[in-house]
Amino acid sequence: MTAHASRHPIRWSEALDAVGAWLLALVWIAPLLFAAWASLHPPGQALDFSLASPLTFENYRAAWAAAPWLTYTLNTLLLVTFTLVGQLILCTLAGYAFARFRFPGREALFVLVLLQLFILPEVLIVENYAMVSRLALLDSIAGMGLPYVASAFGIFLLRQAFKSVPLELEEAARVEGCSWLGVLWRVYVPASRPVYLAYALVSVATHWNNFLWPLIVTNSADTRPLTVGLSLFGAPESGVNISIISAATLMVVAPLMIAFLIFQRQFIQAFLRAGIR
Amino acid sequence: MPETGAPTRVLDPIARQQRRRHALYGWMLLAPALTLLTLFAFLPTAATFWASLHSRGTARRPSVFNGVENYLDLIHDPTFWTVVGNNLLYAGVTIPLSIALALVMALWADARLPLRGFVRGAYFTPTILPMIAAANLWLFFYTPGLGVIDSFTGLFGLPPVNWLGQPQTALWAIIVVTVWKEAGFFMIFYLAALQTIPPDLKEAAQVEGAGRLTYLRRVLLPLLMPTTAFIFINALINSVKLIDHLFILTKGGPDNATKLVLYWIWEMAFSYFDPAHATALTVLVLLVLGAVAVFQFTIVEKRIHYR
Repeated sequence: MTAHASRHPIRWSEALDAVGAWLLALVWIAPLLFAAWASLHPPGQALDFSLASPLTFENYRAAWAAAPWLTYTLNTLLLVTFTLVGQLILCTLAGYAFARFRFPGREALFVLVLLQLFILPEVLIVENYAMVSRLALLDSIAGMGLPYVASAFGIFLLRQAFKSVPLELEEAARVEGCSWLGVLWRVYVPASRPVYLAYALVSVATHWNNFLWPLIVTNSADTRPLTVGLSLFGAPESGVNISIISAATLMVVAPLMIAFLIFQRQFIQAFLRAGIR
Repeated sequence: MPETGAPTRVLDPIARQQRRRHALYGWMLLAPALTLLTLFAFLPTAATFWASLHSRGTARRPSVFNGVENYLDLIHDPTFWTVVGNNLLYAGVTIPLSIALALVMALWADARLPLRGFVRGAYFTPTILPMIAAANLWLFFYTPGLGVIDSFTGLFGLPPVNWLGQPQTALWAIIVVTVWKEAGFFMIFYLAALQTIPPDLKEAAQVEGAGRLTYLRRVLLPLLMPTTAFIFINALINSVKLIDHLFILTKGGPDNATKLVLYWIWEMAFSYFDPAHATALTVLVLLVLGAVAVFQFTIVEKRIHYR
């Protein structure tokens, strides 16, 4: 087979690949595009898809006025921050213990922690609710965040990261008089910065979007996060039309979406890094 | 794990003391995480099991120990078998479909295409949306008569369909949303794995005259096996966990056609206030997840040997 003959079919298949990839990409963002269209047009004309229908921001105004979005956003921000800060502290300490300390029962404990990757907090809703109620944390940010703070995934990830730090670095710091915690803070944490970044992004995206547990724990607008607020807003009983629901939905996803567009590369890298085990 | 040399040699007191201090530090570092794990994982698991062996308490009749009666009630409830069947179909379709799509997406997102950044971004976008928002977006597709799908099929003179309102189509409509949501996430893992495969392999295959499909089947798929196993486990867990969209789209209806196990647990516990049966169902789910965990640990074990 000559070089000339073999090149043609390849170019054909490349063109087909490109068209297929674009089509699938279009189909994949179509739901967002349709919602954007509907949110910018008067309710009666939302589904006409005629370019002649007038543009309007009325739906956004109506959606904004219909629910305490500012409170919901603040609650989501508090929830995400509380959870992340707790996770970073607890998982750092636990990951350090599993990576660098020898003590009886360590292996068994580690298996127990790993088991939590499967025994999801979502599945234990009945008894976790009872526990949060016993701790008098119902309808609070702490009640929403605490079950996720001792994250098995975080402990596992940081243990791996700490294990890959060369022991010589630790010994050098020890010679200079660093304590156990000093070594953790001066050597291990800085060396694992990319893993921290990856874990933080995954955690924020997860808890920004979490729904079932916050739904169960909250019962007032003062603590509800965005997802729960949006689910109440979209309920058929509330009688809002599809244009306003679309506007509200886009308002809720906008912050993460904009952050994603700006940091797309870092975001995907973070997921990549966190996913590699 | 005990140190291997320890029994043969007598430790001097200083070393022994240092060792004890080491263990103490280890436990102290673990204490906060262990406390929370105990409160929100270990104790609730034990409490779930215990509660599942007790009857539903009312104001007049307090709950009493009743053995496996809650489990028997479940087994004799036709809804139980509907829900289990739904969840099996949900898992059986979403898992292979989203894995296959994720692989196709990764191959395209890895190829040298014009607009590659847009393509990657588009595939990944559903991953960062809350499931509730995704459900709202899809509601717009499924609305009978007015929705995007019916507007489109209407062009060809097809009658409107109530996709979410009839038992034959509702679960499939839910499945489409789930696949849409998770395929882009799984793509990322394939993308990462593809980038570790040396390009010479492809060239060698081309020199040998292997077609694309042969290359995919004989070279890529075997190399991607560990990634596929990892994604499979994640997809399996998701088929239990991903139920948020039910709250918006169907609420488990019509006629239980879209009711999945976790949704039913929530409904029993928080709408019907029947923790007895909710916990019995939870124990069954925990058993399944435990089996998945054992399966995963053996696969991980294998992977380590492989390396």
